[in-house]
Amino acid sequence: MMPDLGRYFLEVTLAYGVSLGLLAVLALWVWLRGRAVRRALDEFENSRGKNG
Amino acid sequence: MASFWEYANPLKFMRTTDWLLPVVAWAAVIVTAVGLIWGFFFTPDDFRQGSTVKIIFLHVPSALMAINAWIMMLVASLIWLIRRHHVSALAAKAAAPVGVIMTLIGLITGAVWGQPMWGTWWAWDPRLTSFLILFLFYLGYIALWAAIDDPDTAADLTAVLCLVGSVFALLSRYAAFFWSQGLHQGASLSLAPGTRIDWAYKAPLYISMTGFGLIFLALVIAGTRTEIRARRMKALVARERMA
Repeated sequence: MMPDLGRYFLEVTLAYGVSLGLLAVLALWVWLRGRAVRRALDEFENSRGKNG
Repeated sequence: MASFWEYANPLKFMRTTDWLLPVVAWAAVIVTAVGLIWGFFFTPDDFRQGSTVKIIFLHVPSALMAINAWIMMLVASLIWLIRRHHVSALAAKAAAPVGVIMTLIGLITGAVWGQPMWGTWWAWDPRLTSFLILFLFYLGYIALWAAIDDPDTAADLTAVLCLVGSVFALLSRYAAFFWSQGLHQGASLSLAPGTRIDWAYKAPLYISMTGFGLIFLALVIAGTRTEIRARRMKALVARERMA
């Protein structure tokens, strides 16, 4: 299944590995930060709603 | 049809992106996967560059989005400066981390591709240098947002920084035309007659470019939603302190 990359195997796999890794880390960071801020806001609004 | 300016209302923006975000996110994953799998597994080696030609499916889309992200930030910053819509300032803020990663991918894949083809990882070529400066502008932009506590002041100052950095975003795109020197080639894709790249590469490249565009859009929408919530939280805390 893996294509024959010949003598440039390292360069091509490195480029794909690093790029996809960076994109995955970015997407994860955006998602985790979004979830944390959303939870914090929900908790804040709920606590204020209950307290009056 | 809804006016574009309606989305300056945070509530309208949140309501619309609530259903739009999953659609764009899934489209981004699928289109990018199709483009990269096609490019990596099903394209032939170039007669001169060998298998390194497969790096084009990462390098060109990421470099394109690195520059386009800054242009989007410029437009959003101008809207903020002229019309004072908070959502546009927050969208510019959300675009910066995506832009910096796109720039980093462009720099890394360029270096990894350049080493076997040019015999060097780096050269102080006009396009490479302006791209590096663009990367530094991204870092400065993110740092400036983080350094200023008042969101309106931060939005004002970062908008001005964005205007200045636009020079390097444009230079990154057109440097190869301004100065016919350096190692980097001219545009890989052109609307001018006389094709520069075969359709065997062009088709997956267009798909990858669309995928990277959708990734950018999805992450900016998600980031803007987070920034709107963070801003609301800050405003509520401030209101409570004053009461």
